[in-house]
Amino acid sequence: MSKVRVLVGTRKGAFILTADGARKRWKVSGPHFAGWEIYHVKGSPVDPNRIYASQTSAWFGQVIQRSDDGGKTWHTPGSSPDELKSPDGMPKGESNKFVYDGIPGTHQWYDGTQHPWEFKRVWHLEPSLHDPEHVYAGVEDAALFQSKDGGKSWNELSGLRQHDTGPKWQPGAGGMCLHTILLDPQDQKRIFVAISAAGAFRTDDGGTTWKPINHGLHSEYIPDPAAEVGHCVHRIAMHSSRPNTLFMQKHWDVMRSDDSGNSWREVSGNLPSDFGFPIDVHAHEPETIYVVPIKSDSEHYPPNRRLRVYRSRTGGNEWEALTKGLPQRNCYVNVLRDAMSVDSLDPCGIYFGTTGGQVYTSPDAGDSWKPIVRDLPAVLSVEVQTLP
Amino acid sequence: MIRIVLPPHLRTLARVDGEVELDVDASVTQRSILDELEARYPMLRGTMRDHVTHLRRPLVRFFVCGEDLSHESPDAPLPEAIAKGSEPFVIVGAIAGG
Repeated sequence: MSKVRVLVGTRKGAFILTADGARKRWKVSGPHFAGWEIYHVKGSPVDPNRIYASQTSAWFGQVIQRSDDGGKTWHTPGSSPDELKSPDGMPKGESNKFVYDGIPGTHQWYDGTQHPWEFKRVWHLEPSLHDPEHVYAGVEDAALFQSKDGGKSWNELSGLRQHDTGPKWQPGAGGMCLHTILLDPQDQKRIFVAISAAGAFRTDDGGTTWKPINHGLHSEYIPDPAAEVGHCVHRIAMHSSRPNTLFMQKHWDVMRSDDSGNSWREVSGNLPSDFGFPIDVHAHEPETIYVVPIKSDSEHYPPNRRLRVYRSRTGGNEWEALTKGLPQRNCYVNVLRDAMSVDSLDPCGIYFGTTGGQVYTSPDAGDSWKPIVRDLPAVLSVEVQTLP
Repeated sequence: MIRIVLPPHLRTLARVDGEVELDVDASVTQRSILDELEARYPMLRGTMRDHVTHLRRPLVRFFVCGEDLSHESPDAPLPEAIAKGSEPFVIVGAIAGG
């Protein structure tokens, strides 16, 4: 019988939730890395027991953790006795060494002045679709790094940060983060990323050159609402069978592109609010998408104090509220951009975590919900692995 | 024998309990202690000082014999009590809430 493993990153550690394919009885392990902020935990689609975690702290900086046994044990890559000595006899310990290529340069600061690029943390880890040793990291201040040795060392794909528009990128409320990395399953050279607040970008040559793909976005909070960059894209998502179709939850507006991001159109339709953070796609229905509307950019809780996931079976515009099992009164939690995921069972399971520490699951594609856990630290990220 | 007190998060990361004890061949300074500490525990590299500049991370402090020496030169000799191990070199995460 299939199993699911839910990887949860929180403000104070990581938790791993496991269940069989019925998704009714859950085991909870953790906290792993107790007390540290765990921005993201994600497993390799090639080797599900290979899991990468971004462990971070304002005090002690970035740490990369890796598990090779499905999350039972963890280590900082490159720290085994055989790996500790570099040719000059000094230890490597470089799994947390994220250094920008060349002179980092400047980007736009909140007040419109230029500000130096400064590495702060890894927001998102995206393991390759083909090689468990290859993993991408989206970081703050916005840049894309990759490791081809299982996280022991990292190099920047600097063509992105060095794009001509770089000095116009600016931080959103959460910092200037590269938070979304989508790998095209049909074209190894094509990668999509999203940055707050710069927008979406695409490479068609494996990361050497990049182009902004923000045509059709409209953002009233920047001087030119239709500018090439400067948009606060909160999340983009794709279905693996249709990599040319992208869905976006922007700061405000839910958007859709059917030409690999070359152009976007709004599909917010009848949502009660088109502000929100996550967006995801059903595992088996490429036109079924999910968002969690939030009241506004200053009031980060659900409209009318009711936690509702909205599902569209038409790829946007027509949305239905999913409420069964979710709190429908006095609810003031938020759902962050990396905190929603889907499994690939049938029916498809949907998962999301809240800033109130609940992780909800729906084993019936959103029709009904139950909390797996209710009282974790604030949830930053949720990823699901479907295991044989 | 130099005695080092790590903050709880770094003890967890380095997988040590209590104080760390190590020998420093060179003159006993902040730099020589941190060099030896990182050599013994490579997972601590980058957590106390920057990988490239070797500057102290802003929210990390170094306390010695009841004094905050965070802003002293990393190459200034430390008191004999540290070199002899009668007092520990204390690495602290600055009080900043959280």
